[in-house]
Amino acid sequence: MTEAPPQPPRTRRKRRPRAGRRTAWLLTAPAVVVMLAVGAYPVGYAIWLSLQRYDLRFPSQRGFVGLGNYAAVLGARVFWTDLGATAVITAIAVTAELVLGFAIALTLRRGLAGRRAVHAALLLPYGIITVVAAFAWQYAATPDLSFLSGRAWLGERWSSFAVVIATEVWKTTPLAALLLLAGLAAVPEELMDTAKMDGATAWQRFRRVMLPGIRPVLLVVLLYRTLDSVRVFDTVFIQTNGANGTETVSLLAYDQLAGRLNLGLGSAVSVLLFLLSAAIALGFVWVFRADLRELYRPRPVEPDEPDPEDVW
Amino acid sequence: MPRFAAALLTALLAAPLLVACGGDRDGGVTLHWYVKVEASGSYRQAAQRCSDASAGRYRIELEPLPQTSDDQREQLIRRLAARDRTVDIMGMDVIWTAEFAGAGWLRPWTGARAEQVSAGVLAGPLATARYQGRLWAAPLNSNTQLLWYWKSRTPDPPATWDQVISAAEALPRGRNQVAVQGGRYEGYTVWVNSLLASAGTQLVTDADRPARARAALADAPARRALAVIRRLATSPVADPGLSADTEVDTRQAMLSGAAAFSLNYPEVYAAVRDEAPALLPDLGWTRYPQVVPGQPSRPPLGGINLGISAYSPHPEQAFAAAACLRSAENQQVGAVRGGLPPTIAAGYDDPAVVRAFPFGDLLRASIAAAAPRPATPAYSDVSLAVQQVLHPPASVNPDKDVPELRRTIDDALASKALL
Repeated sequence: MTEAPPQPPRTRRKRRPRAGRRTAWLLTAPAVVVMLAVGAYPVGYAIWLSLQRYDLRFPSQRGFVGLGNYAAVLGARVFWTDLGATAVITAIAVTAELVLGFAIALTLRRGLAGRRAVHAALLLPYGIITVVAAFAWQYAATPDLSFLSGRAWLGERWSSFAVVIATEVWKTTPLAALLLLAGLAAVPEELMDTAKMDGATAWQRFRRVMLPGIRPVLLVVLLYRTLDSVRVFDTVFIQTNGANGTETVSLLAYDQLAGRLNLGLGSAVSVLLFLLSAAIALGFVWVFRADLRELYRPRPVEPDEPDPEDVW
Repeated sequence: MPRFAAALLTALLAAPLLVACGGDRDGGVTLHWYVKVEASGSYRQAAQRCSDASAGRYRIELEPLPQTSDDQREQLIRRLAARDRTVDIMGMDVIWTAEFAGAGWLRPWTGARAEQVSAGVLAGPLATARYQGRLWAAPLNSNTQLLWYWKSRTPDPPATWDQVISAAEALPRGRNQVAVQGGRYEGYTVWVNSLLASAGTQLVTDADRPARARAALADAPARRALAVIRRLATSPVADPGLSADTEVDTRQAMLSGAAAFSLNYPEVYAAVRDEAPALLPDLGWTRYPQVVPGQPSRPPLGGINLGISAYSPHPEQAFAAAACLRSAENQQVGAVRGGLPPTIAAGYDDPAVVRAFPFGDLLRASIAAAAPRPATPAYSDVSLAVQQVLHPPASVNPDKDVPELRRTIDDALASKALL
């Protein structure tokens, strides 16, 4: 759609930065428009819907209700129950993914024969569509179909959570492992060897050398997985559809929107979930701001480096 | 990348035009019939027969809907809310009539057309197609549940829920389950509704007048109905996976021999006949159990009605096609091939149907006595409320749950509360 703009004639070399800035804006405009269309517009529309009583099945009753939907959501016990279920899944799944992912990354770092094959095999669960993985684990947890046991895992609350969480962990640990493996590359072998020669124990080397080196990546994985997990939908939808107290907040929003066509209530739940994700992200970035800065460790700026806007 | 985006955009913009051109190729119109997948192929056969008989006026194309009623409804209402013009005829679960009609998504059946598809139809199924005095759909199939059991394990069929559970408890472990639909889905509401009706109360009063509709649930009968759920769910004869069980599981429990009893649709008979024919002579059936001894039970009422979408561009052809699809001949094919109980009363006397349904008279009597689920536009909300308060089955506490269910259903009817 957009061809690269023709190279400006050399005479424009002395243009003021402001003109360059305008070009930059023009160049990014299409992307900004698309982002606004697919990101900001739906979010804004959802906020607008959440302030209305609007059920597609009762169009005549449509009207502005202010924060009424939010009061209904926050006053409903089911919202808090679902929030609790979401928290349980998130806390356990993300912890397990980090621990297992780290263990796998450490093993891979040692260098194995056929490392490429191991990498590929490791990524396989991540490449499988979540719905398919959810069905596979559901079958594994169903008596008569299962090769595991005759227990009806999805018949009780805590075993249902176990199946949901196991599916999530099985599917996402590989990604965590690979990201952490990449992060481990930032900890030079020589540093570890030096520490060893200096008489540091394995634990000390892990705590004092490796962990600080990989901390920024670890935090990014933690943030990414937490945000993902707070919005967990497909696994629960397939395996229990929220039965036995495993309903999550995103499933609740789906029920109001897709099942009841209650756009007002459903949007209110969605907006609250959006705010929760935003709060987690912002809070996380603030608490760990020093560590995250490490990720973008800036190159020292040369005083006479040319202004990037003046490259023409 | 930009080029790819442009191509994608062009394709997206052009797609509806192509679809719009596809319709009227050979003179007649193409009608899209959205209906659940019917494994035996009887719907496909009916669609073919009606298309052929229309002499080129229309061609019916099957658009398969998902397996469960909840999923079918979700797909249809999404299309209807978006005013999808490619939906002409809908195979509607009997519980959707009020909701779809109230939302303005259906064209009513009137005059001679209405008479044609109501004549000779069983009263219960016909009532499920009516809302606020008008006919909104043509009954295609009916359905109800029977109590299925093994004659070798239970020589005398029990008549009440207490007898069923006691009889099962006397049987050896591993072969003594009472298989019911306890999963968190519409099938559970079906069970609850029939228990309540059998006990002498109901979920909602004045269901078809939204402004006046309220939770009914007379105290003593409602508690009595919920006590049945509690007794079964906490008994060793309940499937450990009860809270996830659907019709598929309860049918499988009969086939595998784990269940001594199953409350289920006639598909059980077809499944045993086709998959375990050696067991067929041992398979027994009797009427849905009573809650109160001596007070006739009110079995569930299921089935499919044919509705015409308000957004269909070809209503005339769609009405004619739907009337053809529900004809006596096509209902007979559905019964014989697919085990789908007819809505036309005389269908049960057809010799071919009698052979397909050795329990045909019981089926017809059960449908006549069946308790419909509330015909309120907020039905799906009411059903969610039932599932929210009463699920999982083992958590049911009759004393505590009756007032809470009443409150939650009132909220659901107002469609203002989170469910």
